[in-house]
Amino acid sequence: MSILELTAVSLGKKIQSGEVTAVEAAKAALAQIKARESLLNCYVTVDEEGALAQAARVQKKIESGELTGPLAGVPVAIKDNMCTEGLLTTCSSKILYNFKPTYTAEAVLNLEKAGAVILGKTNMDEFAMGSTTETSAFGVTRNPWNPEHVPGGSSGGSCAAVAANECFYALGSDTGGSIRQPSSFCGVTGIKPTYGTVSRYGLIAYGSSLDQIGPIARDVTDCATVLEAIASHDHKDSTSIAREDLDFTSALVDDVKGMRIGIPRDYFGEGLNPEVKDAILAAAKVLADKGAVVEEFDLSLVEYAIPAYYVIASAEASSNLSRFDGVKYGYRTAEYEGLHNMYKKSRSEGFGEEVKRRIMLGSFVLSSGYYDAYYLKALRTKALIKKAFDKAFESYDVILGPASPFTAPKIGDSLGDPLQMYLGDIYTISVNLAGLPGMTVPCGRDSQGLPIGLQLIGDCFKEKNVIRAGYAFECSRTYEAPELAKPCSDWEPAGQSGIAGSVELKKEVQ
Amino acid sequence: MSRQYETVIGLEVHVELASKTKIFCGCSTAFGGAPNTHTCPVCTGMPGSLPVLNRQVVEYALAVGLATNCGINQYCKFDRKNYFYPDNPQNYQISQLYLPICHDGWVEIETAAGTKKVRIHEIHMEEDAGKLIHDEWEDVSLVDYNRSGVPLIEIVSEPDMRSADEVIAYLEKLRLIIQYLGASDCKLQEGSMRADVNLSVREAGTEAFGTRTEMKNLNSFKAIARAIEGERERQIELLEDGKKVIQETRRWDDNKESSHAMRSKEDAQDYRYFPDPDLVPVWIDDEWIERVRAKQPEMRTEKMARYQSEYALPEYDAQILTGSKHLADLFEETVAICGQPKEVSNWLMTDAMRLLKERGQEVESLNFSPENLAKLVNLIHNNTINRTVARGVFEAVFTDDVDPEQYVEEKGLKVVNDEDALKKKIEEIIAANPQSVADYKAGKQKAMGFIVGQTMRAMKGKADPAVVNTLVKEMLEA
Amino acid sequence: MANIIDDETIEYVGILAKLELSDEEKEAAKKDMGRMLDYIDKLNELDTAGVEPMSHVFPVTNVFREDVVTNGDGSKDTLANAPVMKEQAFKVPKTIG
Repeated sequence: MSILELTAVSLGKKIQSGEVTAVEAAKAALAQIKARESLLNCYVTVDEEGALAQAARVQKKIESGELTGPLAGVPVAIKDNMCTEGLLTTCSSKILYNFKPTYTAEAVLNLEKAGAVILGKTNMDEFAMGSTTETSAFGVTRNPWNPEHVPGGSSGGSCAAVAANECFYALGSDTGGSIRQPSSFCGVTGIKPTYGTVSRYGLIAYGSSLDQIGPIARDVTDCATVLEAIASHDHKDSTSIAREDLDFTSALVDDVKGMRIGIPRDYFGEGLNPEVKDAILAAAKVLADKGAVVEEFDLSLVEYAIPAYYVIASAEASSNLSRFDGVKYGYRTAEYEGLHNMYKKSRSEGFGEEVKRRIMLGSFVLSSGYYDAYYLKALRTKALIKKAFDKAFESYDVILGPASPFTAPKIGDSLGDPLQMYLGDIYTISVNLAGLPGMTVPCGRDSQGLPIGLQLIGDCFKEKNVIRAGYAFECSRTYEAPELAKPCSDWEPAGQSGIAGSVELKKEVQ
Repeated sequence: MSRQYETVIGLEVHVELASKTKIFCGCSTAFGGAPNTHTCPVCTGMPGSLPVLNRQVVEYALAVGLATNCGINQYCKFDRKNYFYPDNPQNYQISQLYLPICHDGWVEIETAAGTKKVRIHEIHMEEDAGKLIHDEWEDVSLVDYNRSGVPLIEIVSEPDMRSADEVIAYLEKLRLIIQYLGASDCKLQEGSMRADVNLSVREAGTEAFGTRTEMKNLNSFKAIARAIEGERERQIELLEDGKKVIQETRRWDDNKESSHAMRSKEDAQDYRYFPDPDLVPVWIDDEWIERVRAKQPEMRTEKMARYQSEYALPEYDAQILTGSKHLADLFEETVAICGQPKEVSNWLMTDAMRLLKERGQEVESLNFSPENLAKLVNLIHNNTINRTVARGVFEAVFTDDVDPEQYVEEKGLKVVNDEDALKKKIEEIIAANPQSVADYKAGKQKAMGFIVGQTMRAMKGKADPAVVNTLVKEMLEA
Repeated sequence: MANIIDDETIEYVGILAKLELSDEEKEAAKKDMGRMLDYIDKLNELDTAGVEPMSHVFPVTNVFREDVVTNGDGSKDTLANAPVMKEQAFKVPKTIG
């Protein structure tokens, strides 16, 4: 078995036992990146030099007994909206084409403390706005299961990199489904934790009240392990929650006897692909067969989540993204006359179409005369949605449904009709509005061979229920990897057709 | 001008709070410093950075609110005020619109016309902007974020003032209260206290308010008074010409003594306020309010009463001394060393005030140490120097904070109490002025004064005038 | 479409958001925003009378820092990404007071 086919935790064990070194693991991942990137484009930046140096440092600390954790020496990919000191961080936007942060995001620091080796920064929808990774200024990421299809988004680069074995696990961020939906499209596992569980310090904000960082990996064990490493109460993030039950791996038990699982009838209506529906119901049956009490119920308000989300997220985004103005960092237009012309040209040239669309919508709904009708109305709707979930969790430990109504669409099919694309987020968005934890676990494939993801939703702070259900389900099947995940030729030293070269190429804004 | 007009004025006063660090990050608030040295990712709007509220800022805002008779919004929140300007690194300012910390207060002001209440609409907390420096060589501005994120409170009054005098009285009152609380030094010149003036005019006797304008960039009490007069005249002229006042923000140019509108197509003045999702609400419980109330220092009225009872000062002295927290502190610290409150008060009220006036300085700029003033007072008390000499010594203390003991020693200013030496000198003077002696003997008392004066001059002022008087009298009558 | 976004509104939103759109982009933006608002109007079906707007999901209050200076000279980092700078400050087109 190649190193690449190991899960993060099993690789970590081999590194601890001395069977594999951190440097070998990094080299294997870098070789895979080198072989696959020209096709898949999972990364915006690959930090070959930094990764190898870090791997060597970590290896020493492992040998000296300083680093003993399960993730020490395991290579990771970071979504390009998390600040990494000295390493290009672009949010896949031209406006940050040259931005090198002077500090590292708290979640990434937590990983570094655990001995992680950062391979590079993954591609995403620009500023996490999108569901396909097609809005990236650095080109689309392709789905390793079928390169004609999108990987989903916005954490498409992270999910595709995990699926293609271009890393052992990755960090993503989820504002309306950006971890769970691409995990579903790429056949990998991803968790969006309860809001406030992972620090947002250093995560470049899209919708601050909805954004959460979470793990993406090949199985539930990896995800729980990574979540345990990145979760922390951070005094630099006022919305970070002091939690004591962060031992997520303790929930990795293949036992769902008596667990109450609710399936919202509202999730199975019009628009749901029948193949997806069948796969989800089959997964529910697996859990029922293992002793869970599975029943249908009416969640209600499902159709109001998307409009409420687009008001809240766009409003917050319009304000969050106003700091990109050509003054302090990032792109400034070449020619301008006066201050406001400089602002307008820098922003209009620096932001892509979808980002501009949401900034404009957000500015409009907050503008004088519309605040009450749109913004406050959306916040009231959010309160009702939260209440509906509170009620559901009086009866159920976990809510089960699809992560997306369909499997990965073809590249080019989605962006033409933004509203239609937004509707694809119907099952994921309300989870962010209510601050809940949610997880996607692969549960089969459609007739085209594209993965289908099962979504498990828990009550606030009840990640363990979700992890337990996901783990029990996962125990009933084996991990499926796409052809493109196959380990390619052995590691060659860089410099010949080096990775560095291809990375330089990608820094050119497309 | 046929009609009579009344001026209606409301004030928005910004005060920089005295906290050591900025409102949302651990950067220093110290004044000055090379550009952008007091900065971090938070106060420069770096991507991914997040604000965390400084507890002390809430304490200060709460203290000012309680001292100005405000109600407290025990549940208060921060909102984002969105507008693009380079001194504002996030292109939104974190402020409070929907639930400001304090509301509906008042202060009492005294003017020539008597006392009056000025109502306070609200007080809210917010962050200050950076500084824009206009380059001298190029057509560009330079941005320094050292002040970005310095905590401010904005005190918004009701439109209760009717003249520049009332406005100045209100500002002085606020300044005094805030200085007493230690919540700010309120220096207008350094910009730690700034006022925007909302002004409208209406025909005397009418109820409805006229259209108001907002005047910015007022850096001194004098500028405020001039701007009020200028804007009042401008608005009346418009109305008299049958034109309308436009609601707008205007910038006062104190050199030109005129203002211009800050209007621009690019400034929509639509701030799209919404609750800041990065900050959680503040809950101020009763206990917290009581704690801040209990910690409130002695305010001016109490201090005035105490000065009269504890130090037996006349009301007039107590009033002047407590008119500035800085002056009151200087007084109390000096008295604590040397006692003699009336003597200390006299020096501060007469000589110190005179010198300040001569040099065009504010009371806040008094910067000699209480130790040195106390030493001076003791030198007089011990008859080491006489009062005439003491005046000169005080001026040296005032200017350079010199040590009076050392100064007197070095300059040889001690009183000469050697009677023989004095007598010898007086004999010389009497001998040199036979006419004065004759006059004195003829009953002209004035002649004695001349001899005394001549003696003092000869002694270079170092003799004790009382001793000289006695000796001269004795010797003339001998 | 129930919501018709006119030229003036798009122009105004452009001023607020500091975005400059070509004529073609403006037409597309008008259509997109109108459609989006029509969709958002779906929220009007909900009776939200008496419902408190929910900004934060959790009722957490009073997250503070103590008033202690923790940061030193940050100018090097602050200016590290400046597109244009002069004399340790960010250079911008002249602002008129």
